[in-house]
Amino acid sequence: MAYIERRQIETGHHGEPVRAGAVGDYFALLKPRVMSLVVFTAFVGMVVAPVGIHPVIGLTALLCISVGAGAAGALNMWYDADIDRIMQRTRMRPVPAGRIAAGEALAFGAILSVGSVAILGLLVNWVAGALLAFTIFFYVVVYTMWLKRLTPQNIVIGGAAGSLPPVIGWASATGTVSFESLILFLIIFLWTPPHFWALSLYKAGDYAKAGVPMLPVVAGLAATRRQILIYALVLAVASVLPALIGMATPIYGIAAALLGAIFVALAWRVYRMDEADKFMRPARQLFAYSLLYLLLLFLVLLVDRGTQ
Amino acid sequence: MSREVFAMTNDGLRPSEEYRRHQRSRSIAIALVLAGLVALFYFVTIVKLGPGIIDRPL
Repeated sequence: MAYIERRQIETGHHGEPVRAGAVGDYFALLKPRVMSLVVFTAFVGMVVAPVGIHPVIGLTALLCISVGAGAAGALNMWYDADIDRIMQRTRMRPVPAGRIAAGEALAFGAILSVGSVAILGLLVNWVAGALLAFTIFFYVVVYTMWLKRLTPQNIVIGGAAGSLPPVIGWASATGTVSFESLILFLIIFLWTPPHFWALSLYKAGDYAKAGVPMLPVVAGLAATRRQILIYALVLAVASVLPALIGMATPIYGIAAALLGAIFVALAWRVYRMDEADKFMRPARQLFAYSLLYLLLLFLVLLVDRGTQ
Repeated sequence: MSREVFAMTNDGLRPSEEYRRHQRSRSIAIALVLAGLVALFYFVTIVKLGPGIIDRPL
């Protein structure tokens, strides 16, 4: 075979090695677990909105929001392939593992980003479309490209991207952004730091190796544990706000207070965690509970709305 | 791990069986997504325009 022909097969037309990515690898680029939480919170935002939405339009909105979130995940994996390759937790992702070329991940993420925003704007409304575009931009450019490698406040500010799905869901139904939807934003925004810092406590070595300035790496474990407790306390108070402003019933308020109390109790155990505890069981428990917490909190809000 | 993309055959270096399989499954996935989009636009058009869909001025 001629050298040029062989080289074209091996490198494609952009000089990058051709990879045999399977459909499952492309699906993994979308970060399906993150996507499921995004879809759920967006769904709750849509349902608790005071204006009803046609089921077909609602499903279209959820599809676009999930694909948009997945696209942001793909672009994140494209940009972060260098550090993902170093970290134990992420080194088997499709790009660092060599199953998908970085350029393909970029093209995949870019096409899905534009497609999901355009379809959401055209078929649902442009407020929701603009919010989805802003979410993708914030996650990819502000968080991934700028803050993640720059400051230990990376996930605090970057958390805004993950907090927007219920606002987009709300906007899909109402066409506006209102105070109530911003309360949902605030809850996820305050939930994000203790959730990620709990993980980063027992993965601090991984982050340090990759040069990511997560709070435990930069400020130490004690400072991180203190911050987790502070955020847990503020979150527990904020989670009750929907009941206080009349957006949800007192039953939601009681459930939110109970769930928040458990969150604070687990955060307290993290705060009091023994320095010699290398396994950091309290931090692992808090991380696991934080996922359940958000799911249950929004589920209670959903059921509460359904019974009103 | 990186997968085998090329295999040496009697005709020289050619895409491997695995690569062809993945390429085929990707093509099917893209076809399904496009078909899904057609269905989506069809149903949303019906929902948005309703019975007035045939009464629109040209």
